[in-house]
Amino acid sequence: MTHAYLSVAGISAGLAVLIMAPSFLGEYELGFMVSLMSYVTLATAWAMFSGPTRYISLATVAFFGIGAYTVAVLNEALPYPIVLVVAVCLGALLATFVGFATLRLAGIYFVIFSFGLAELVRQLITWFEVNITGTLGRYIFLPFETQHIYWQLLALAVVTIGLGFWIRRTRLGLALKVIGDDEVVAAHSGIALARTKVMLFVLSASLMTLAGAIQSPRWVYIEPTIVFNPTISFLTVIMALLGGATRLWGPTLGVIPLLIIFEWLSASFPDHFSIVLGVLFIVIVFALPKGVLSALEERIAKLRKERVT
Amino acid sequence: MLVSNLLFGLVLGGTYALVALGLSMQYGISRIMNLAHGEFMIAAAFCAYILFDYANLSPLVTLFIAPVIGFGVSWLIYTVMMHPLVKRAASRGQLEADSILATFGLLFVLQGVMLVVFGSDFTSYSYLNTPVNIFGVIIAASRVIALVLSLTLGGGLYFLITHTRWGATLRAVAFSPESAPLVGIEVDKVARTAFAIGGALAASGGVLVSMFVTFSAAGGVVFTMKALIIVIMGGVGNLMGALVAGLTLGVIETFVTSYVDPGLSLASTYLLFIIVLLWRPQGLFGSARS
Repeated sequence: MTHAYLSVAGISAGLAVLIMAPSFLGEYELGFMVSLMSYVTLATAWAMFSGPTRYISLATVAFFGIGAYTVAVLNEALPYPIVLVVAVCLGALLATFVGFATLRLAGIYFVIFSFGLAELVRQLITWFEVNITGTLGRYIFLPFETQHIYWQLLALAVVTIGLGFWIRRTRLGLALKVIGDDEVVAAHSGIALARTKVMLFVLSASLMTLAGAIQSPRWVYIEPTIVFNPTISFLTVIMALLGGATRLWGPTLGVIPLLIIFEWLSASFPDHFSIVLGVLFIVIVFALPKGVLSALEERIAKLRKERVT
Repeated sequence: MLVSNLLFGLVLGGTYALVALGLSMQYGISRIMNLAHGEFMIAAAFCAYILFDYANLSPLVTLFIAPVIGFGVSWLIYTVMMHPLVKRAASRGQLEADSILATFGLLFVLQGVMLVVFGSDFTSYSYLNTPVNIFGVIIAASRVIALVLSLTLGGGLYFLITHTRWGATLRAVAFSPESAPLVGIEVDKVARTAFAIGGALAASGGVLVSMFVTFSAAGGVVFTMKALIIVIMGGVGNLMGALVAGLTLGVIETFVTSYVDPGLSLASTYLLFIIVLLWRPQGLFGSARS
């Protein structure tokens, strides 16, 4: 019991520091914190679906971009909270569609579909803007400073991790675990396979959409190529994998070191950025297939065993 | 107009089919889902461009060089990168996930290298642009050559696999990797060869496509996507299916480009993919095997 109290106290203290962060951080550091919260949300939401089901989604930026672009289109027409709701609805709608088209089939169909989804959405939006509305590129005028965006993203990250925590304790979480272990067993124990997977995918995609929507005012000027940047999908996967996609805190743990490396790389080696990240990715897949957290636990368990014998 | 679009579509579809055949070899026989497949193709396209522009070497000569390099590099990649994953994987699903992740990383490495070397501009060169008259359609000679060559290569491979002893071992591994060793087949060796042939096919597709299409260092992903969709449409492991699906996709894409909007070519590919997924998930030519 004391353990539970301690972790609650620890999390509250950490949260308090994070909420206060804008008062003692400079503009550059706060910008870093905005990316940090954004990627914590994206990686945790990614792992929420891909961790237990082991369906690798390469479509993170499709949803992120939809969120950002919705804000760009509607920011002057509707009040901000309603814009967010519309964005989430659009993201969820696309996820439902993709989910029902692919998730009742083998995992490979989903991966292939998700692989090109962002590019497809980007081309469709570009086509629509060029041919129908005639305005490619939009401005966002919202009265937000960096700290306001930071607080919103912090709240979203907390909600995402909270949801991850909650799902683990519900029937849905249990059902997903069984599906990940063995689909046949899951089907025989009465789990509605497709519906469960789609539900979770929609939830995960909605969170990603929100992350994009909230972060969009940072850009001021938005074009489809800016918000549908495939590097975002790539980074999300690598972060979640590094920490461990099956653990609640795994993705968060993966975000911090990689984001620091990312910042340093894009400043010092802008041209070789994707090469280094690609190599890093391959190394992680080889050396830490289950993530840092699992590897640490295995190491500790091994040490303990050695001490006993 | 109609006939010329059909012809243009077949030319494009022929190279798609060739690249998709390569992917089908890699996924169907070696069980590696290679997301970096299109990068091999683009690399070969750049190879053809450089040899043509600086060494004045015809792409038809490069067509003999690039696939050999593609074969060698793929062989090496399988040995160094994929083989440990195959050995480690406890199940087919595990290998699928690992290979997708590993080749996703490879995609960014290869793309990054090409961006550094060639920049992000679109590139093209003009080879055998002399007009030829076929069925009353004026078409560049290079396109006709590309179509004939891709169909010859694809058809030749199909014949080898369906009619030779060597092809039978490949099919055996594709059909049942567990029982193939029982009849004295070295699964590991066959898988490596198939993966390397896949790389060679991507490279030859790249050389052919470079003769009549502009390409850029970042363009590999779209080709991979189309190849993946063709493989699924034709039925996984079905080579004839991939050939037919590739040609179909090329024709549909050309028609959408010229009659609807060039910006919607990818959308048309996806629409086709969705229809296949909803209607015949086992592929247009696949049997209903689980």
